[in-house]
Amino acid sequence: MDTDEALAGRLANDLEAGFPGLVEAHQDRLYTIALRLLGDRRDAEEVAQDALVRAFRAMRGYDGDRIRSLRLRPWLASIAINLSRNRRRRHDDRQPPSQLEPMLDAGFDITSDGRTGPDREADRRETQRELAAALLRLRPGVRAAIVLRHVDGLSVAETAEALGRPEGTIKAQVHRGLRELRVAVEAGEMTSAPRPAQTHVRRLLPALEAIR
Amino acid sequence: MTTATFTDTVLERDLRELRANAPASVGFGALVATGLADRYAPLETPLGRAFVAWNGRGVSWVGQAPDEATFESRFRTEVGRDIARADVLPQRFARAIARRLAGDRRVRIPLDLRGHTPFEVAVWMKALEIPRGEVRPYGWIAAEIGRPKAVRAVGTALANNPVPLVVPCHRVVRSDGLIGQYSMGGPDAKRRVLGSEGLDTGWLEAEAARGIRFTGSDTTRIVCNPTCRDARRVMPRHRVTFPSLAAAASAGYRPCKHCRPVSLAA
Repeated sequence: MDTDEALAGRLANDLEAGFPGLVEAHQDRLYTIALRLLGDRRDAEEVAQDALVRAFRAMRGYDGDRIRSLRLRPWLASIAINLSRNRRRRHDDRQPPSQLEPMLDAGFDITSDGRTGPDREADRRETQRELAAALLRLRPGVRAAIVLRHVDGLSVAETAEALGRPEGTIKAQVHRGLRELRVAVEAGEMTSAPRPAQTHVRRLLPALEAIR
Repeated sequence: MTTATFTDTVLERDLRELRANAPASVGFGALVATGLADRYAPLETPLGRAFVAWNGRGVSWVGQAPDEATFESRFRTEVGRDIARADVLPQRFARAIARRLAGDRRVRIPLDLRGHTPFEVAVWMKALEIPRGEVRPYGWIAAEIGRPKAVRAVGTALANNPVPLVVPCHRVVRSDGLIGQYSMGGPDAKRRVLGSEGLDTGWLEAEAARGIRFTGSDTTRIVCNPTCRDARRVMPRHRVTFPSLAAAASAGYRPCKHCRPVSLAA
């Protein structure tokens, strides 16, 4: 928070001199937001870069006071969210929303294959992969709320500001998203477990039905 | 819940761990797009391999260097921005530069000339108007941009041209007809580029040595810069030469409207 205010102050004084600091501080989170919304590294790279460029151009049109008063975290997030939304729309026009497969290993560095504690590391990655895939199956509005609130770590108020929705709506969407993710990940664990899957799935069925 | 393995805190922790690091190209790409850093790639030119640097505002620097590291450190020192190697020159620049080198002056190449004086930019923009295969004296540029006395400053501005070849400073020569200095490797390199554009520099320098500054046609009674395309179409038996524009004027010759010859300071 504090550093963001200082950063906004530097940007207000000299946009060009301050901008590399903004890039440094925010590139990873903008990339993460786009990656978890879209599930594709290439798209995420483009969205993150484009978001930074658009922020620069927007600020070039603002006076110092307006830049100083920017809340950079939610503001930059909202730019990335909008760009991701447009991109998804374009994708959707071309092809029906695909299920799991192409998204499954989105965003995981295969080359960093575990040197230390290989089993643990593999488990971790498997969990992350399942969670990332489950995230992509959430409804877009719910997904955006979860990504900002729990992946990026914005407050409810900041998430509401970034998404332009009331805080009550955000709370409900986050609650719903967490519930759906929990169900999805547990279902994933069970189907990949050796045997007793069947009964569990049957027991989960009403929950799954409720999601639709 | 059926099992207690997945509490929200575990789930929330796992969600936090979905944070990823952006590849370096994201941040650097944003700096390039906003003109706060540059990329560069090699380009084959009549003078051999050169490097072309650019950013979101346009082509920012053209230069020769023995190797990439030298080019990068020169760029950082002279321009003051960070730079990184790209695989290839973007198509839009490659095609535009190729067409410009081939003599097409209509093609627009965005240039990033921030940090230079309006005078320098005016000099470079005027040099862009000189057709391929022709040359003009420094004094011509000075007169055309409305600063007829600033001949020396024109020479300095041309020597500081950050984008040689793209802005053809090689097409500007000394008023006494000597080929003059060139930022991309001295007079010999300048002769080579002009030669590659179809200009016979040996002929040009020989004419200058004989005191010829302007040529005209005794049929049209028009006087030109010697390399003007109109002047070079004149049949040898109709070709007349002058040591000065005043001499041409007193012989009843009017200046060509294409090459607009100007009197040169002594």
